[in-house]
Amino acid sequence: MASSVGGPKFRRGDRVRVLSLDVKGHVRTPWYIQGKTGVIERSHGPYLNPESLAYGGSGLPAQPLYLVRFNQLEVWEGYTGPGDDRVLADVFEHWLEPA
Amino acid sequence: MSNQHGHGDHSNEQGSSHPGASQDAELGHYARRVQALEALLTEKGICTQGEIQRAVEETEARSPADGARVVARAWVDSEFKARLLANAKAAVAELGYEAAADLPDLVVAENTDKQHHLVVCTLCSCYPTWLLGRPPDWYKSLTYRSRAVVDPRGVTREFGLELEPNVEVRVLDSTADIRYLVLPQRPDGTEGLSEEELARLVTRDSMVGVSNPHVPEPAPAD
Repeated sequence: MASSVGGPKFRRGDRVRVLSLDVKGHVRTPWYIQGKTGVIERSHGPYLNPESLAYGGSGLPAQPLYLVRFNQLEVWEGYTGPGDDRVLADVFEHWLEPA
Repeated sequence: MSNQHGHGDHSNEQGSSHPGASQDAELGHYARRVQALEALLTEKGICTQGEIQRAVEETEARSPADGARVVARAWVDSEFKARLLANAKAAVAELGYEAAADLPDLVVAENTDKQHHLVVCTLCSCYPTWLLGRPPDWYKSLTYRSRAVVDPRGVTREFGLELEPNVEVRVLDSTADIRYLVLPQRPDGTEGLSEEELARLVTRDSMVGVSNPHVPEPAPAD
């Protein structure tokens, strides 16, 4: 964990949409959830930004990191499992907007 | 460059009876790449060869038996389990597993009658190495990394675990600074087992979530 400016913007249970940002290089937001809507499952606290850290940067300001839960049926066209199945991924706050 | 080869040179794994085998020209692509990285890190003063060696030794010292100890303790001690689920790094430190401050944080996900967790890293191969040791090769394969998120039930079926339709499958993609460890369900029929006996039922794969722990052999009839 690292210190950050301000507290986390989202709380457990909030609905969020994952942005499709045009960031080149080291990105930790997998493509398959970009543009998808999910629910905040857990707030991990602030972590250094990997998009800066990976290139020798300071990683500051630290970004709140969340575990976000998605319905598998909404993520994958043709998902064959039951409707309750979920996929969860850690997403940095600057990749999220309220939904 | 140091002649004290680190983990880039695995020639010692096979013993030292083939001295020619560790000549640089005969090293594979990745071994040479690791040697080059080690040389750069030490030449630039980012870390010392000794620090690299210690990090390698710490990783090699850990194995799934360490994770199994944690799981078995959670099975027999509900208060420990509560602490493990609330703050895993602090809880495992109680068992002597102190994580250095720069290691990734740990979150433990509990399997229940209603939920089954499966861990993957679709971006690379993030894994709770400091508790389970090095990940198996299949965990790092492109096949597992893509199929685990798209078809988790198909993946567990191939590991011998058929998940019931009324169980919610939750795939945890470790995309950032958190490492996930699955706390599998304690098998039925293990009421009389000691903590050590329970730990022996806990497999590496059950802590990744692709399978369940071993079920104890029934006691032989008299």
